[in-house]
Amino acid sequence: MTDNQVGVGAADTAAPLVSPVPAIELHGVVKEYRVHGELVQAVKGVTLAIAEGEFFSLLGPSGCGKTTTMRMIAGFEDPTRGTVSLHGGDVTGVPADKRDVNMVFQSYALFPHMNVWENVAFGLRRRKTPEAEIKRRVGEMLAIVDLTGRERRRPRELSGGQQQRVALARALVNRPRALLLDEPLGALDLKLRQAMQTELKRIQREVGITFVYVTHDQSEALTMSDRIAVMNNGEVEQLAGPREIYERPATAFVAGFIGTSNLLTGTVDRVDDGCAVLALGDGGRVLVAGSAHAAGDTLQVTVRPEKITISAERPSGRVSAARGTVEDVSYLGTYTSYAVRLPEGTEVTVFQQNAFDSSTTAEPGDSVWLSWQPHHSFAIGS
Amino acid sequence: MKRLTPYLLVLPGGLWLLAFLVVPIIFMASVSTQEGDVVNGFVQTFNVGNYVQAIGDFHTQFLRSAGYGLAGTAIAILLAYPMAYWIAFKGGARKSTYLLLVLLPFFVSFVLRTVSWKFMLADDGILLGPLKAIGLLPEDFHVLQTTAAVIGGLVYNYLAFMVLPIYVALERVDHRLVEAARDLYASRLGTFTKVVLPLSLPGVFAGVLMTFVPMTADYVNAAVLGGPENTMIGNVIQTQYLVGNDYPVGAALSLTLMAATLIGVFAYARALGTENVLAAAAR
Ligand SMILES: Nc1ncnc2c1ncn2[C@@H]1O[C@H](COP(=O)(O)OP(=O)(O)OP(=O)(O)O)[C@@H](O)[C@H]1O
Ligand SMILES: [Mg+2]
Repeated sequence: MTDNQVGVGAADTAAPLVSPVPAIELHGVVKEYRVHGELVQAVKGVTLAIAEGEFFSLLGPSGCGKTTTMRMIAGFEDPTRGTVSLHGGDVTGVPADKRDVNMVFQSYALFPHMNVWENVAFGLRRRKTPEAEIKRRVGEMLAIVDLTGRERRRPRELSGGQQQRVALARALVNRPRALLLDEPLGALDLKLRQAMQTELKRIQREVGITFVYVTHDQSEALTMSDRIAVMNNGEVEQLAGPREIYERPATAFVAGFIGTSNLLTGTVDRVDDGCAVLALGDGGRVLVAGSAHAAGDTLQVTVRPEKITISAERPSGRVSAARGTVEDVSYLGTYTSYAVRLPEGTEVTVFQQNAFDSSTTAEPGDSVWLSWQPHHSFAIGS
Repeated sequence: MKRLTPYLLVLPGGLWLLAFLVVPIIFMASVSTQEGDVVNGFVQTFNVGNYVQAIGDFHTQFLRSAGYGLAGTAIAILLAYPMAYWIAFKGGARKSTYLLLVLLPFFVSFVLRTVSWKFMLADDGILLGPLKAIGLLPEDFHVLQTTAAVIGGLVYNYLAFMVLPIYVALERVDHRLVEAARDLYASRLGTFTKVVLPLSLPGVFAGVLMTFVPMTADYVNAAVLGGPENTMIGNVIQTQYLVGNDYPVGAALSLTLMAATLIGVFAYARALGTENVLAAAAR
């Protein structure tokens, strides 16, 4: 994953890694649980470094070990093996109250017997902050999360979104050096969720601290993060910026988990001008940029649905092209989705923007040509 | 029909309470102002003198009962809280076994349990006998017939009523709140005093009601384990009814005890209402 290619923007490689000492560093972290006498590995050797001020996401399906990883950073769980470092210091085995990070729980975990103000002041009070300073900082924080005037409310007297903001304020008011958020928007409806995404991003920019964000929502991770670690089955499958994760998935899992992706398998026919050429049936071919492949290699190749163009005639020029039959057409508002069956049986999904008119380019049963640029398909590990 | 459903649901229990609680109280209130004796019968004279006599002659026993009840309740809290805490947080898969153990004494009759205490604690019984024989305790040392024995018996007999409500309250404390408190720099002790304890106070509150009231009205423990100096108001009432056959004074005593307990409980609920306690704990 080191060779940079066309289509990978500069933005995602530039943002992080400003400070030389990472805010959070996991080294070979393994977490095992004993469940009914059997050893279960929830996290299987995660090594990663999160830069100061970075918005870092842990993304992956349910049960892949995101929460466990985060709980080890927070100090609720000790790794079975490996080390956790915060700002250069090894904190493995240090309890949660002695770590300069705060967590926003998925369920918020607001103290039900305290009002909003007392919830937010909790951490400052435990640290024996002078009362005048508590007053000022809690007030400021409540203003930032737009809860001024609701200080006396109990958590149960607030809406879901308001509770979420109290949870955020309760953590941020302590000015931790890193904030850990475990699916903080999971319980909110779509509209509120989107509003809070923007809000969180704004707050992160405002306070300028490291955010580690756990989510299983790929679009959330893509829009908010500087970098994303895609986890599967206790391991990090890919760690990169959102654009690279989307445009250049490193594994079939990442390709399938992030957005919609087409997976084509073929054997390298020849290598031509730095491009491996895979032959498809009916005179079709796939061009794969990158010189690491030799004739005879079997490759798995991905291409995103929106990179593909549909035409009636075989396209000319140096493009990947495949012949197929349209099986299904779904109109989805901003775009139309086509399901096209290739001669070897693979189904390919194609998105076409409904930019100018909503008339469809093809009907079910039509025989069509699909084409895309060489730099839009990548060979991936499995 | 729909609107009647809630009323239908309370009907059986309501009738039960009416028949066996409200009616006897009214009956007792009526007896408490009558005059006469068992042989010639009692007549209603609306004589409040019975109350004057009840309080005048037996205020010592009233105060002693309240004192024993308070002491017993306090000791029960101290014993029950750690127990309930341990079962709720460290009990693991065996929680229900431990709870059953707490309840186990209830499978034996209340009086039998207390009498077995009497055997165990007798001046030359299985506990004190050997200790005296080897000279660890002086010959005239005794446990029975002391305030300590009565309060000890009260605590023993009502402990489960304190453990269970506290356990239920602790069991309901969301573990994530504990983690949140630790995350927000609270020490283990701070987490307990600021989060776990306040959230379990409703259980303590219920436990106090469930133990203080029956402890104060108890007569078995004082009769079996105590001496003449330990007579509680329950014993006085029993004697008035069953030995002295003075039903009016007995009824007056009972109603006075009930009124005093109710007033005490209301005052307690007002002063220490859950909201107030929680507000204080929030700081
Ligand atoms: N305390 C525990 N005891 C035993 N197994 C556990 C424990 N905590 C987590 N696991 C297991 O470890 C794996 C990872 O769990 P984890 O909670 O980290 O997943 P996750 O990625 O946060 O999932 P989700 O998106 O559903 O929250 C799961 O298979 C889970 O069953
Ligand atoms: Mg989780």
